[in-house]
Amino acid sequence: MSPPGDPAAGAPGAATGGGITSGDSAWLLVFGCWLVATAATLGALFFSEVMQLPPCTLCWYQRIFMFPLVVVLPLGLFPFDPRVVRYALPLVAIGWAISVFQVLLVYKVIPETLQPCSRGVPCSEVQVEWLGFVNIPFLSFLAFTTMAALLVAAHFRSKS
Amino acid sequence: MSRKSKRNERPQPEAARAQRGMSRGAIFLAAVVALVAAFAVGAIAWRSHQEEAARQLATQNAARLSVPYAQTLGNAEAKVHIVEFLDPACETCAAMYPHVKKLMAENPGRIKLSVRHVPLHQGSEHVVRMLEAAKAQDRYWQALEAVFAGQERWVVNHRVFPERVWPHLEGTGLDLERVRREMNAADIEARVRRDMDDAAMLKVEKTPEYFVNGRPLPRFGLEELRTLVREELRAAYP
Repeated sequence: MSPPGDPAAGAPGAATGGGITSGDSAWLLVFGCWLVATAATLGALFFSEVMQLPPCTLCWYQRIFMFPLVVVLPLGLFPFDPRVVRYALPLVAIGWAISVFQVLLVYKVIPETLQPCSRGVPCSEVQVEWLGFVNIPFLSFLAFTTMAALLVAAHFRSKS
Repeated sequence: MSRKSKRNERPQPEAARAQRGMSRGAIFLAAVVALVAAFAVGAIAWRSHQEEAARQLATQNAARLSVPYAQTLGNAEAKVHIVEFLDPACETCAAMYPHVKKLMAENPGRIKLSVRHVPLHQGSEHVVRMLEAAKAQDRYWQALEAVFAGQERWVVNHRVFPERVWPHLEGTGLDLERVRREMNAADIEARVRRDMDDAAMLKVEKTPEYFVNGRPLPRFGLEELRTLVREELRAAYP
């Protein structure tokens, strides 16, 4: 059985039972972040393992910063520890920076000559596209951006 | 427990706290189950979709599987026909070859094997030309086996060194001068192109690829090939 998560043990006026407390919403925000990380991880594995699309180098670097979140975030959820933001946010920030770089490559804002991948799959190549602009690098950027926003919100919620 | 009760001056009912812990755990577990189930369902749906697409593609392009120049091994009257697309520079093709021959030996007279070439490795096209030229001297299988046997000496890090193939062909009884003369002839060029075109139409993107009586492997693997052959044997020789 999971230990009872007590978000604000000792914080005066926080945990009075009933109604949504700031601890509750911070927990939900971190949980939402975990949902995004896990969905993104399974999605990445679906593309490479099920659809057999070879991941490019930049994708691998983004995976390095995405996959650990699936494990790290639940450790901060049970029992709830608001400091999990401190451990997860740096991973999210670095992953976000790499995803921005790749999105700029894909949309040709950064010229091809600066492309860091010379072997294997070029990182500017679009393998899957929906609605004309949604591709895998864009999804990664979306996931990292959402996670960063959720973690920052969780940080302020648990402080207040 | 003791830590909490010490710190919490205004203790909330234990039951309420435990209940919230439980519900959070339940939410988390439900999310894990839902995500994993979505992945599994998606994977199964994708696989069966791919298998169906491959089956249809093979049916539509059935005429492309057999060509008169393809070398065929085994009893010409055999009712189970394996068409193999291979790359002489492909390691897995070399590793699978003895297994296919074993499968044929286990079912004497009932299986025949035809080989088509898909030179996916850069430079491997030269070796395909040598093999095609060996057909004129009726030494194709000897040449193929010699090329496979020496493969690790003429393919280094997926790079093909065609000149290093010749020494391996010496013991096969081939007139190598004739092979050199004929391997760049127009008819051999046409065969190489035809094999590559047919492979493209059948979406053969990895080697080896097998079609058993026109049916593609659902997934690559020796066991999958054995199963498919067993099914076709049962249908052809009840």
